[in-house]
Order: sequence, then C-alpha cells, then structure tokens
Amino acid sequence: MSESLPPELTPDLLRGLTSPRLNRRRFLQLGGLSALGVGLSACSIAGSKGSGGGLGGQAWRDEIAKFWANQKKQGHLDFANWPLYIDVKGNSHPSLDLFTKETGISVTYKEDISDNATYYGTKIAPALKAGQPIGPDIIVITNGFELTNLFLRDWLIPLDQNRMSNFYQYASDLAKDPAYDRGNVYTMPWQSGITGIGYNPKLIGHEIKGWNDLLDPKLSGKVGMFANNLDLPCAALCAIGVNPETSTPDDWNKAADWAKKQRTYVRKYYDQSYAGALARGDLWATMAWSGDIFLKQAENPDLKFVVPEEGGLIWTDNMCIPIHASHPLDAMTYMDWVYQPKIAAMLADYINYITPVSAAQQVFQKEAADATNDKDRAYYTNLANSPLIFPEPADFARLHRYPVIPADQVDAWNGLFEPIYQA
Amino acid sequence: MTASVEAAPRSARQPRRRRVGRGWLLPIWGWLVILWLSSPIIVMIVYGFNDGRPGKGVSQHWNGFTVTWYENLFVYSDLTEAIKNSVTIALATTAIAVVLGTLMGVALGRFRFRGSGSVNLLLFANIAAPEVVLGAALLSLFLAVNIPRGYGTILIAHVMFSIAYVVVTVRARMGGLDPALEEAARDLGAGPIVTFFRVTLPIIFPGVLAGALLAFALSIDDYIVTSFNNGTTQTFPLWVYGAAQRQGGSVPPQVNVMGTLIFSFGVLVAVIGAVASRKRA
Amino acid sequence: MTAARTNRRRLGSRLAPYALILPGWLWLVIFFVVPAVSMLSVSTMTGNDLDGFKQTFHFGTYSQAWHDFHTQIVRSLLYGLIATAICVLIAYPVAYWIAFRGGKYKSSLLFLLLLPFFVSFVIRTQSWEFMLEDDGMVLRALRDLHLVGFMQDIGLVSDSGQILQTQVAVVGGLVYNFLPFAVLPIYVALERVEPALLEAAADLYASKPAAIRKVVLPLSLPGVFAAVLLTFVPASSDYVNSTILGGTNTTMIGNIIQTQYFTNLDYPTAASLSFILMGILLVGIFLYARALGTEDALAMAAAR
Repeated sequence: MSESLPPELTPDLLRGLTSPRLNRRRFLQLGGLSALGVGLSACSIAGSKGSGGGLGGQAWRDEIAKFWANQKKQGHLDFANWPLYIDVKGNSHPSLDLFTKETGISVTYKEDISDNATYYGTKIAPALKAGQPIGPDIIVITNGFELTNLFLRDWLIPLDQNRMSNFYQYASDLAKDPAYDRGNVYTMPWQSGITGIGYNPKLIGHEIKGWNDLLDPKLSGKVGMFANNLDLPCAALCAIGVNPETSTPDDWNKAADWAKKQRTYVRKYYDQSYAGALARGDLWATMAWSGDIFLKQAENPDLKFVVPEEGGLIWTDNMCIPIHASHPLDAMTYMDWVYQPKIAAMLADYINYITPVSAAQQVFQKEAADATNDKDRAYYTNLANSPLIFPEPADFARLHRYPVIPADQVDAWNGLFEPIYQA
Repeated sequence: MTASVEAAPRSARQPRRRRVGRGWLLPIWGWLVILWLSSPIIVMIVYGFNDGRPGKGVSQHWNGFTVTWYENLFVYSDLTEAIKNSVTIALATTAIAVVLGTLMGVALGRFRFRGSGSVNLLLFANIAAPEVVLGAALLSLFLAVNIPRGYGTILIAHVMFSIAYVVVTVRARMGGLDPALEEAARDLGAGPIVTFFRVTLPIIFPGVLAGALLAFALSIDDYIVTSFNNGTTQTFPLWVYGAAQRQGGSVPPQVNVMGTLIFSFGVLVAVIGAVASRKRA
Repeated sequence: MTAARTNRRRLGSRLAPYALILPGWLWLVIFFVVPAVSMLSVSTMTGNDLDGFKQTFHFGTYSQAWHDFHTQIVRSLLYGLIATAICVLIAYPVAYWIAFRGGKYKSSLLFLLLLPFFVSFVIRTQSWEFMLEDDGMVLRALRDLHLVGFMQDIGLVSDSGQILQTQVAVVGGLVYNFLPFAVLPIYVALERVEPALLEAAADLYASKPAAIRKVVLPLSLPGVFAAVLLTFVPASSDYVNSTILGGTNTTMIGNIIQTQYFTNLDYPTAASLSFILMGILLVGIFLYARALGTEDALAMAAAR
C-alpha cells in the first residue's frame, strides 16, 4: 500500500476498496426515513437486513460522498456513552468544554449505555426498525454481535474518510483497520481493554500462566469466568490452542467441551463483580479485565494480572454514528478531534483503559519532564508507563479479537456456549 | 365475667395486658427484621465515609474517614439528574396508581358485578407478567403510535405495573368495610363523594397507604421496564447499574452518599410522621 | 323516596362499580393488554431477527422452550415457593406487631420497613454480597460462634464453607427483596381485626395462642393470600438475585428470558417462556385460592 499509487486511486478510495463489505451489493438510504423495517405489527416483524439495491462498490462510495457533501455543521452534538468513560472535573467534562471552545459545537453528553445487548435491544433496534432516529449522534458500542448486527443492517452511517486526518495520523496499529471493521468504514475506537486472568499468587501458591492453569483441582470452587457468549467461548478457544478469529465450527465444539470440563471448577460465571470477589479472596483466579485488576490492587496489592500464554482477548469500544442522526457532521468533527495526542492524553488520564493514540505516551512523558514537583512527576511517569493504557508489545502478540460470526452460524455458537453459563 | 361484658368505654377500661413474658417477643422480632432489612443500607452509609480513589468506584477496604464525597456530591451531573427523575417519577406514579387502584379496589371489594372475574384475571396476569416482556411489548406500542420515549412513557409504564399492587392491598382491607356504614352516611344525606371521603377512605386508609408504599418502592427501583421505555431520560437504577458495569461491579462513592441521603430523608419523614401522630392522639 | 329517585339510585349503584373500575381498567387495557396480546402473537411467529418474523401460528416454540428450559422454570418456581413461605413466616409476626402494637406509629413503622427499597437494588444486593462473602461479617461471626459445622449440616452453608453462589444465597436474596411485599398485605388484613375480638376470646378462656389460631389467623387469610400473590409471583420471575448472588447452577427463568430477548434476539422464545411462566403462576394462584375455600379469591367476608 505504500508504493506509489495511480493518480485516480486516492488514499481514502484505496482504504475503501480494501473493505470486503463494499463488494456486497448495498444500497443505503441516508438521511431520510429508511425503507428498512416497518416496525412491529401484530402479524409480522419486518426484518432488518439491508436491502440490496444492486449498487456496486463505486456507486456506494459515490452515495457516501454525496451524503457527506450535503451535510452542514449545526453547532450541536448528542453523545451517548458508557458511565465513567470520559474525563470529569467538578461538574463538567473538561475535554468536552475544550471541544466546544475550539469548534463552537455544544455537546449534550449522556451516559445512557450500560450494556451492549440491553442498549441494542431497548434503544437501537426497536427505534430503527420503526424507522425512527434513536437520538444520539455518536454511540459507543463494543465490537461483538451487536456491532456486527449494526453493520449487517446498515444501521450506521459510514464515516467521512476525508475528515479523519487526526485519526490516520495518530491512531495506533490497534485502532486502525481492525478485523471487525476493515478500513474503519463505520467506526473509530474510543478505548480498548484486555481480557485475561486476574489472580492472587499468595492464595494459590504459584503463578498462573494461562487458561489451562485454571483446570487445577486445587483451584476448584475458586475460579471465576465471564457469563457472556464472547469472552467465555474465546477463552476456551485460546485454551485449546485455536485462534478465535480463524476458528471453525469444529473448533467451537472442542472449545465447548473444554469449557464444560472446566465448569466443575468454576465458582460462578460473573456479570460484573468478579474483581471484588478476587480482592477479598472468594476467588483465587478469574477471567478479568486489566483495568479492574489495576483498580483492586489498591485494596489488595497481592493481585496480579496476566495475559494468558495461550492467548488473551482484546476488545474495543467504538464510536459510530447511527442512521437518522441529526448532526452527523458535528459527530465526525468530534470523533476525529479526540485523536489528537493531547486530547487522548486528557481522556486516558482519567479513563485508564487502552488509548487508541499511542502518542499520548509522549504527552505524558513531556508532562512528567515539565512537572514542577515530585508528586506530579511521579503521577505522569506512572501514566506513561502504565501497562493498562499502553500495553506491552509482547502482550500484543498474544491478544486476539473476538471473531465475527456469520449470521447463519450465530445460533449454533450460542446453542453451544449459552448452556454452559446458563444451566 | 358479667362485669367485663358490660359496655364500658374501651378507652376508660384498663386492658389487662401482660407486659412481661410474651409482651417483649414481638417487638424484638419486629425491630430485628427492620434492622435486617436495613443492614445493607448501614453498610452503604458507612462506606459513604470511606476514603478512596476519587471517581473510580467504592473500595471495599476501609481507607479512612472522609467527607469528600459529601462535598463533591453533585460531581456527576447525570447521577443527580437521575435521582431527581427517579424520585419525581415515583411520587407521580404513586399518586396516579393510588387513585386508580383505590377506585378499582373499592369497586371490587364492595360490589359484586359481572366482569369482576375477568378484572381479577387481568390484575393477576399483570402481576405475573415478566418484566422483559412487559417492557418490550409496551415499547413496541409506543413506537407503533409514534409516542416519543422519555419521562412520560416511564410514568405510563410505572403506573401500569403498580395499579395491580394497590388494588390487591386495598382489596384486602375492603373485607372489613361494613356496608351499613356507607348506607348510614347516605341516610344522613351525604352524597356518594362525601361518603367516600368521609366514611370509606378513612376506614380503608391502611390499605391505601400500604399500596402507596408498594407503588413507590416498585417505581423507584425499577430497571428493566424503564430501560425499554426511557428514551434518554435517566433514572437512578439505570445509572447505578451502568456505572457498576464498567467498573467491575463497584459504583462511585457518590452513589453511596446519595443513597444515604435518600435513606436519611426517609427516616426523617418517618420520625416526623411518628411525632405528628403522637400529637394527633 | 319517589320511584324515579329510587330507580335512579338503583341505576346509579348498578353503574357505580363500572364507573369506579373504568379509569384503572382503561389504563391497563391500553398499556398492558394490547401490548401483551401483541407479544402473544409474537410467540407463535417464526423467523429470525435479520430476515424478519412471520406469523405462522407455530406453537412448537412453546414445547421447544419447555424442553430447553424446564429445569430453570421448575427451579424458579421452587425458589419462589420457598422464598414465599419464609417471607410469610417472617412477615406475619412483624405485621402482627405493627397492627396490634404499633399504635400511633403504625405508618412510620411501615415506612421504615420499606425505606431500604428506596435505594437501588444494585446497592442493596451488592451490600448483601459484601456481607455474605467467604471472609465477611456473617461467616466470620458464624466461625467465631463455632456454628459453621452446624450450618453446614442443615445445608445453610456449603461444604466448602461459603454462602455466596449457593441456592441459599439466592433464596435469601429473594426473601430479603420481597419481605415488604409480604408484610404489607398481611398488615392490612390484620389491622382490621378489632382487638375486642381478642379480648372476647380471652374472656372465653382461650389462651393467647389459641385465640390467635382460631380468631386472628382466619380473619387474616385474605392478607396472607395477597401476600403470597405479591411475593411468589414476582419472586419466580426475578433475575437480579440469581445474577449477583448465585452460582453456576442457580440460573432462574428470568435470566433465560433476558438472554433470549437481548442476546439471541429470539423474540418468539422469549415471549413463549414468559407466557409459560405466566400460565403456571396463574394456575397456581387460582388453585391456591380454591384451596382457601372461596370462589372470589380476593373478597372473603369475615365471619363476625
């Protein structure tokens, strides 16, 4: 991609060309009431598959270009996010205030999203199926079934690749061109996190290196796993030595067997509160998010986090623009604006998950160098070296993404794994 | 024996209550239960004073006493708004559900009429319906008729699942209502409305109060039905659950503080009520 | 009274119940019955979320749902039943205490009873989790009192010495969360029992327990029935306690319905499971009402 390109192949066009989705025939009606879905009627529920309109890749790209050419900045933006996922100071969010000051766009920020499936099932799907806007211009969804559904149903507005200069300049390799959204057609990462194993070596007596170490009878009743249909199956796939992203239904069967075997040792399949259980000793080892373990280390310094040697999982919360959004251009402006290193640093300082802008590390190092007292210097140095925000390259190699399951195989996948944590 | 059969005014007669023995068992049980019900609240109150890392969930380890969270109470504007919404919606729900439910309870308890069986079935079915289905079905109704989701739809939903609880508790009280009392009132020239407010309502008041308390509790604590029908209006259970999700199960200390304040306010109301009733007697 | 006025009176009193019922009934019909019927129709649709669902009157979904999840359904009903029984046992003395000994403070006591519910269920259940943890207050107290072995023998503490992630914790959570729903109706029924009745019984040489058994208990049965209704039914469809306090084998049907709806986007199955649950609960309630010996379950004329 770095050789000299023929003149008609502009970089953004090339980016678009590499996305497999563009080769499918898609027709996107943007901006008006979509023909997708007519709402729940007593006699049937309309499907929501994007209706192929026979347009080839180029025609689709022209549609997108035409759409964005018609958009005007309106001076306001509605942003829906997860709670505690943006910087807070006093009664406001400094990064949002700065954004308003620099661009003149006011932001209404609502922490409406508590869970992907619930948000999708209560806010996104019912409204969009009825052809109504969901409200916010930017929503933040984790890569997974819900995000894939949004793609399949053409419920997201493709991003304006010409307005992503900060993104393409500063986004880390992690954020650019992820497997679940090649070419960043629809999404730009907000933050990412790692799913690995949190454990207490003092209680266990030795270190935990990988998922198979959890199959230890001595740990029986002291192991925790996640109760969802992504982390649990993918951990099992890693445990049997398979890369989740390239796994086959045969692999899934073997992974389900592994998970069933593990079940006798598991104390509970957790929705949330595993970190507290680990900190107070109810659990000795558990599937965990790196950020949570870091937090609990303040309470219990014995806790450790490891990316399993068979493989850990990396997930990303992504910003995207739902269709029928009222202020798409303002949304684009914001989404690209947060990719400036100094803004990314502002956010990372508070949020403490993996930032999509690796240059934020230099910002922290500079802050540390410029610090006037020891406390500030130590603080920024800690941030710059935090493995939570800037993962080790060695860990990177062992991290996998969730696979994108084809629509006709989703039921098989769920049927295999749900009975394990929902018995 | 003949002496006690004579009609002496009850207030003048000294009841032969045995204060020892059985007398103390009941109150102890009662207070124990109240204490047990309140125990997580006590934990919550204590941890509202627990020092810890600002903005990132409650530490379960005791880090030292602090009142920082009380000073920084309104840091999370979403949280403050959520509480406001929850309380006002609960009050409005209680008001509406009590009115509608009491009327229904009185009708079902007082009259025998055609269709009362199907109304009973309707109420039972409403109590029995799982929340996910209730919420989803109601949302599809709102979407079909194009009602924007927000404060109003939350209110509609909450009243919808509270009415039946009020009816049941009012109904349980109606059995003791002697129709002769109402007839007597009517014979004395009182119209039906006056009869209702002066005769019926005071008698069934415990049932109405119980129903009101239930409706308030149901409304202020509802998650699933609200999550379907709230649009972008935030409520307290929704916010707390969402905050806990991303923090591995812990909530910001301000949540404990808010809870403490709500609880204290409630205790204050109860104490004032107790003092006022003492004055009334 | 003239004939016209009597007729108007009679008509008025004939229409009275319908007029009183109307507002609440209307609210429920519009916002409950209509949506519920549409959900009923969803339960017999086939298809998938992507391609759409079509009404095919396919009742096989019900049998498939029962086949897949009858364990969880039965478990939920069992937990609900046990929790209700415990609730009523605990609630009755409390209701008795407030009704007969509460005096002027009745309302305040009731209010205090419900106060913990004004803070979110997340906080309440998490505080419980905190108290029941393996090295937490409850277990530590039990260990200090050397009662752990005893508790294990009677099954309240698991063999591995924990309370959380057992059935006991889930049922305990259910009892905790639904206790006020049991106390309030029983209180309402007990409150209307005149103390004079008890005194009359005492005058007739009945001992206190006999008086309670023969006088108070029958009079309070409508309240007990209401308590069972308002406790058993919601407790069986609960999902929160199982999620936070439960373990690997305590999943309740409420969790399953949630997963079917939100994760699998399988609306017909979610709807069928809901109606199966509703159906069983309704049948149970009516059987119980019959057993109490009344045809009109909620109106029991007290023998006076």
